[in-house]
Amino acid sequence: MANIPQKIVHQYLRHDKKFPHVWCAGCSNGIILGAIIRAIASMELNRDDIVMVSGIGCSSRMPVYIDLNTMHTLHGRAIAFATGIKMHKPNMKVIVVTGDGDCTAIGGNHLIHAARRNLDLSVILVNNNIYGMTGGQCSPTTPHGAIATTAPYGSIEPDFDICKLAIGAGASFVARTTAFHVTEMQNYIQASMEHPGFSLIEVISACPVIYGRLNKKGGAPQMMKEFRDNSIPQTAVDKLPPEQVEGKIIRGILRREIQPEYSAAYADLIKGVQESAGGEQ
Amino acid sequence: MLKKTTSNSTKAKTPKAETLKKKSSAKKAASKIVELESNLERKTIIMQGNEAVAYGALDAGVNFFAGYPITPSTEVAEILSAELPKRGGVFIQMEDEIASICAIVGASLAGAKSLTATSGPGFSLMQEGIGFAKITETPCVVVNVQRMGPSTGMPTSPAQGDIMQSRWGSHGDSPAIVLYPDSVKESYELTIRAVNLAEKYRTCVILLMDEVIGHMRESVRLPDMANVRVINRIKPTVPPHWYKHYDENQKYLSPLASFGEGYRFHVTGLTHDAHGFPTNKAGEAGEMMDRLRKKITYNIRDLVQIESHQMDDAKIAIFAAGITARSAKAAIAMARHEGIKVGLLRPLTIWPFPDDAVRKMLRDVDTVIVPELNQGQLIHEIRRLTKDKSESDVLSIRKVNGDLITPNEILRKIKEVI
Repeated sequence: MANIPQKIVHQYLRHDKKFPHVWCAGCSNGIILGAIIRAIASMELNRDDIVMVSGIGCSSRMPVYIDLNTMHTLHGRAIAFATGIKMHKPNMKVIVVTGDGDCTAIGGNHLIHAARRNLDLSVILVNNNIYGMTGGQCSPTTPHGAIATTAPYGSIEPDFDICKLAIGAGASFVARTTAFHVTEMQNYIQASMEHPGFSLIEVISACPVIYGRLNKKGGAPQMMKEFRDNSIPQTAVDKLPPEQVEGKIIRGILRREIQPEYSAAYADLIKGVQESAGGEQ
Repeated sequence: MLKKTTSNSTKAKTPKAETLKKKSSAKKAASKIVELESNLERKTIIMQGNEAVAYGALDAGVNFFAGYPITPSTEVAEILSAELPKRGGVFIQMEDEIASICAIVGASLAGAKSLTATSGPGFSLMQEGIGFAKITETPCVVVNVQRMGPSTGMPTSPAQGDIMQSRWGSHGDSPAIVLYPDSVKESYELTIRAVNLAEKYRTCVILLMDEVIGHMRESVRLPDMANVRVINRIKPTVPPHWYKHYDENQKYLSPLASFGEGYRFHVTGLTHDAHGFPTNKAGEAGEMMDRLRKKITYNIRDLVQIESHQMDDAKIAIFAAGITARSAKAAIAMARHEGIKVGLLRPLTIWPFPDDAVRKMLRDVDTVIVPELNQGQLIHEIRRLTKDKSESDVLSIRKVNGDLITPNEILRKIKEVI
């Protein structure tokens, strides 16, 4: 997959429709969209068979730019809409693009229940630690002490560890990476789409214009450097002393297990019911 | 059109039992629904309004239900959880009502005929999703078995408090199609009609039920499947690059592609252009809002259904919907026995409001009585249409305490005005 030319991205964009895009300079969303496209291209999937569903927020504007079956829904509800699509057409690949506020605040209930059911959705959760579209309010992943427009004295709330939340709720594939680690991200996205069950990839992303400014993180390059220097692969965690792990972004596939998948279980249920009904006749 | 007696297109499928070639037609049309045939045999049986809704949904071709338990609508979910898998359809119990409306909209865009059933608190939670279905012109049906509110209220008691919510519940301005049955039989018929209208008009159609009708048992004979008229959405015939997701075809009823059919369209809750892409241009935004309005207003005659009961010589008219109309009919029988000329006008389609029929009623009678199980909702629609009648000519009977309005209460009001 490493040999795919960059031009592949252009084959999947809706250039004639909706550009220029809405994202600020330095935003990671374009990088993530690129990784999603390259993952789809490398899997050689028929794009008619892929649906991309999003909620509301900066990252949720992604579907409008990509030439798939696309749906931009309500704040927090992307996974609920995706559940309806996947259950009616289980053979379609359903990708959900969502943000930290969208998926873990207003949409937290849908996240944990889709994870519990282990419905085969690929959720790409873009975590920029803030509500970007509304101008910088604190989200469930705004770090303790960080500044937001609704936490002008620093957030006093503990922040969510999204991956732990997903694992706790029963997600069968959970991974974390950052917008800096582009190839890793692409590989994880592909792995999540190949995984038969609920998968969640948390992508730590840079919002230099809002989060970065409020918290004096420097520009986009500085934030990307921070992702590079301040993250460690999960495989290295056990080998390092605890003080070197503390406060670091742990990257890697944190869980990958094959468990009964919901739409397949439902298909079995239908089969069982119809067979027993047929036997009675 | 306006003065048919309990007439509608779905009625056509319920001819007299004797004239039916029951077995042959049923078998031919119903090879996939052997269970319903064998369980119910399509003979006269006793069933609840909620059961009638569930079987109406199945007969209309609903193959996707997502819902959340809530009194007094739960039976619909329970029946469909057993029946849908037999037919290869999907039943899923979601984590809440918000997820339920979202799931049925998603499923509908993937090509399903979808429906959910709920009651007051759940209906409130669904409002944002209903607005999404309307702006994205996605067919789906929400059954709201009304209970007394506000808030948790009295979950097992009847009220007609959601008449205005079903019209205006979602934020922003958008028209609504809302049907309102008054019997178990009609619950079945209007469920089919709700699904048909949703498919035809590409919108979220609401079926308002009274708690009493949902839980009341009446004898019903469901029509054989061959006599059920089912409408399916129009599919696009153009190649994908010509497809417009919101195409102003004839009378604003446009074809609808499903995900996975090669059309790769975009759907958004943002104000959008005819292709479905978000827009901030005033012209395109105005066109979108006009389309939502016109597809209802240009098709009023297809949408509005009313029942006109003993209105020909009436000097007093009662305007009532649902279970209250049943009380009104009993009151009318008593009043007519005493020689009082009173009739009933009953909307089966409550939104869009039957303006023309109501105007005619206002011209024909001296006094209108509007009994309703709320603090006054329908009465304002009647008064809106009154030009020459004073307040004392349009009278309200209101009750919201969990009890029904009795025939005697209506009769007393009739006697007050003569």
